[in-house]
Amino acid sequence: MIVAERKPLTEIIKAVAPFAKVLVLGCGECVTVCMAGGDKEAKETAAAIAIARKKTGQELVVKTLTVERQCEFEYLESARKLVEEADVVVSLACGVGIQTMNIHYAKVQTLPGVNTTFMGLPLQQGIWVENCLGCGNCVLEETVGICPIARCSKSMLNGPCGGSQDGLCEVSKETECGWHLIVERMIKFDKLSVLSEVKPPKDWATSHSGGPRKMVREDVKL
Amino acid sequence: MSMSNLQKVVASGAFAVTGELGPPKSAERKKIEHHAHLLKGCVDAVNLTDNQTAIVRTSSIACGRILIEEGLDPVVQITCRDRNRIAIQSDVLGAVALGMKNFLCMQGDHAKCGDEPSAKNVNDLDSTNLIQSLRRMRDEQVFIGGKKLEAPIDLFIGAVENPFADPFEYRAYRLAKKVEAGADFIQTQAIFDMDRFELWMEKVRELGIHKKIPILAGIIPIKSMGAVRYMKNNVSGMIVPDAIIDRIKAAEDKKEEGIKLCVEMINHLKTVEGVAGVHIMAVAWEEIVPEITERAGLLPRPKFD
Repeated sequence: MIVAERKPLTEIIKAVAPFAKVLVLGCGECVTVCMAGGDKEAKETAAAIAIARKKTGQELVVKTLTVERQCEFEYLESARKLVEEADVVVSLACGVGIQTMNIHYAKVQTLPGVNTTFMGLPLQQGIWVENCLGCGNCVLEETVGICPIARCSKSMLNGPCGGSQDGLCEVSKETECGWHLIVERMIKFDKLSVLSEVKPPKDWATSHSGGPRKMVREDVKL
Repeated sequence: MSMSNLQKVVASGAFAVTGELGPPKSAERKKIEHHAHLLKGCVDAVNLTDNQTAIVRTSSIACGRILIEEGLDPVVQITCRDRNRIAIQSDVLGAVALGMKNFLCMQGDHAKCGDEPSAKNVNDLDSTNLIQSLRRMRDEQVFIGGKKLEAPIDLFIGAVENPFADPFEYRAYRLAKKVEAGADFIQTQAIFDMDRFELWMEKVRELGIHKKIPILAGIIPIKSMGAVRYMKNNVSGMIVPDAIIDRIKAAEDKKEEGIKLCVEMINHLKTVEGVAGVHIMAVAWEEIVPEITERAGLLPRPKFD
């Protein structure tokens, strides 16, 4: 899933200060699951804006709506009436949803209400970890299902660096060493010999490094 | 093919000694020259760290040129942290054009460890990729992208290994992999835990790596309690046993005890099969290297015409 966290309310309140009619738009997908931008958070955000505005005495009409999926045009139609009535939209969707809104409703500004953090999984309630960078050339088959690109702080291909101790990364005691996990799992599957092979430099052209990516599939185009 | 001084020492079979110079956080050439003069005649080559611990310092290649002008043989450290393959290959060519031959390939501490934690970590290549790429530039005259170099270059390619990092069981295999990628010599992380180092060397010998490549064992002379505590608590991938801390703590003259410990370790390392030399990292205590090398019987250094 795409993991996000809500921007500080003070930041959101400041961003909408010039506007009288505000729509806070939640998304029913990933950000609902990671408790950053679903219906509950949209209502909380709207309430916070309203309380802040009361103090200034400035006029405000704040409404909320949560669409099923902000990252696809067809799901945005249900919001048309409220969007067109608003001076500004605060989207609590990920960066993809926010941009989809700005394309679909080009006349209204949609501002970000969350910081999109990473693609990852909820390890346990309240803890999410990053595990895919979308590099466009998956190596998981070579690394027993643990990604060295996302899980190693240095995205190394040929094994751990010299900064790993007790299974932890030098970057933080809160961060597991991805390569430590890979090596342990390789030992378990008796695959450590795979690591002896020298991997050549990675082709990063398939990642964002190659420029913004676009995928065209003739077989499914209408 | 012309050889660097370090390469000649290693080829002669003599017990090699390398030193280390941490470039300043300034552009003071005199400081670099001063440290170079302290090391001259005591070591066969001098490592120039590449923004070590992710702290901005004078470029290792620029310092390498100063060392050559002062009559020393530089080992240019290259990390993968700050430069992509275009910049690294270009810098290596530039360094060779300026007379440098020894290059030590390493990953580099993460930018979060240093003074510029907001920096983008490049890591286009990993350290093994870097070794392999330099080897191909030298042996096949080819860049990573496949284009040919217009003329051959001489390189003496170093790699690092840290027997004190985890997972420990994998560390000797990792060394073997770096040798397979093209490393010509190895320098290790500083040793304080001699038992663990010897355990690692056992595995290295079992794999026969020591017969393929000279391994220079890393040493850091302890100057004070503050320094040894800092290394124990703040330097990633280092193990400092309590016995060492206690020994320095108990000593009246901490510096003398640090030197004694260092000399003892060097003398012991001379007896460890497969150790071809020592790499003395007396950064910020360069002036002690003449005394340590003298007392450890490492002087005079071999000379070649």
